[in-house]
Amino acid sequence: MAEAILDIRNLSKSFGGLKATDDVSLDLKKGEIHALIGPNGAGKTTLIHQISGTLRPSAGAIRFLGQDVTGLDVAARARLGLGRTFQISSLAMDFPALRNVMLAVQSRQGSSFRFFRNVGTDASLTEPAMAALSRVGLEGRAAVPASELSHGERRQLEIAIALALGSKALLLDEPMAGMGQEGSRSLTRLLDALRGEAPILLVEHDMDAVFALADRISVLVYGRVIATGTVGEIRNNADVRTAYLGARP
Amino acid sequence: MRRETAFNDALAALLLAVPLAAHALAEPFYVALATRVAILALAAAGLNLALGFGGLVSFGHAAFFGIGGYVAGIFAAHAFNAEPLLGLPVSDQMPVIWLAAAVVCALVALPIGAISLRTSGVYFIMITLAFAQMIYYFAISWPAYGGEDGLSITVRNGFPGLNTANPLSFFLVCYGLLAAFLVLMWRVRDSRFGTALQAARQNAERVAAVGIKPFRIRLAAFVISAVVTGIAGALFADLNRFVSPSMMSWQMSGELIVLVILGGTGRLFGPVAGAILYVLLEYALGGLTERWQLFLGFILLGVVLFARGGIVGLVAGKARHG
Repeated sequence: MAEAILDIRNLSKSFGGLKATDDVSLDLKKGEIHALIGPNGAGKTTLIHQISGTLRPSAGAIRFLGQDVTGLDVAARARLGLGRTFQISSLAMDFPALRNVMLAVQSRQGSSFRFFRNVGTDASLTEPAMAALSRVGLEGRAAVPASELSHGERRQLEIAIALALGSKALLLDEPMAGMGQEGSRSLTRLLDALRGEAPILLVEHDMDAVFALADRISVLVYGRVIATGTVGEIRNNADVRTAYLGARP
Repeated sequence: MRRETAFNDALAALLLAVPLAAHALAEPFYVALATRVAILALAAAGLNLALGFGGLVSFGHAAFFGIGGYVAGIFAAHAFNAEPLLGLPVSDQMPVIWLAAAVVCALVALPIGAISLRTSGVYFIMITLAFAQMIYYFAISWPAYGGEDGLSITVRNGFPGLNTANPLSFFLVCYGLLAAFLVLMWRVRDSRFGTALQAARQNAERVAAVGIKPFRIRLAAFVISAVVTGIAGALFADLNRFVSPSMMSWQMSGELIVLVILGGTGRLFGPVAGAILYVLLEYALGGLTERWQLFLGFILLGVVLFARGGIVGLVAGKARHG
């Protein structure tokens, strides 16, 4: 059995009386794509927020690369190599695509307290950033401000940023949302190729993509994981069919 | 970008040419006016680092402006009377005074920033205002250095190799400092630190997600910003040969914000353009009516409604980030 890169144990989060995350345990193993599916309001994004550090869980523990990160903030977890993309693209909108990626490269190199050297002519920043853009197919859009990129291109840019960070695991929150057919297909190919480099916890509504990519699927309903298994197991799980797949039109 | 550079160069040349011409024509008043522009531009350029590049709307920068002023005033008073300060001999040389103003401002800005930056938006504005008001009332109620009446500087502080009593020499000192700081800002804007600071303004969540803590970046920017505004304050006290608590008033904080917005928030030469316009209006309209700020209000309204990039934005268009 492969080692777990990310290990979530008995995680709970309550907002008042509402249990958004209810005793969730799941893990992400080396080389796999683990999809997290569930109906709207199941608590998928809340769970991602707790793993990335935006929200503190009420109980439970998160271990990343063998280290307990439950008490660390977002920036500290990112520096350990926990990369993420957002459900709604979150970028420095005035900056060109390249400079968005360069921010991740400079973070990876260590200090942002360097005051004088021009980043635009610093090959140690621009070259890795350009390489990351090429991997997601955005090399031709490097100089375009993030605000002028299409929705799908912003998704790709977020992934390029996570790659440039040297992420050792990726949390992707609905990367396919709002993408066209062709965009979804090329992103599926990209993610497929990435799993060897960094395992992916994938929150996704696009079932074609999930079934094409996932090594394992966990189904979240009302904050609880009701089933975890391979694509075949989940397809044939009666609980899942009633709770989720069956409810789909 | 090229257009902005040309405009910046023109502003820099104008600000240098006017006092040189005035000096040649034996019109020291206009030299003093240009000096006022240069000093206010430096103070606003300091604020611009926090407000323009960092998006931190500090409504308390007058505190640092005033602290710098008081350092200049207190040093001048002690040096004039040959009294030691805290047991140390006191210099009346500007570089020493600037260094002292910088250290004091940094020491004050560090805790203020560390506390204020826990908040954001309106709360940040209010908490920086509250700190500045505390310092303002402290200055009023501290009798040793004039209290409410302020403190006169009998002899303008000196600068090695120059006679600062000469208006043109003093102008050149102020202009040189402004130019040096703008060059520094130009480098910082395009550096790693500048990238992180501007990214944190645009999207703090994104900055944290790549592993950079926005708080530290912002705190550093806030402290540097305070130091620069403080040094400008020391010059301002030397220009007027007088320092009083009014330099620390909330109106002064507001004026600095107005300068930045008028000129163009987050534009390198925005504070210079803002200061030129402000001082010109003050001079031209102030001669006609005491209520000249009414017209300033209209202009500010126009800028906020129709020209968000201020004067620089109007001339050079939207800022481009390389």
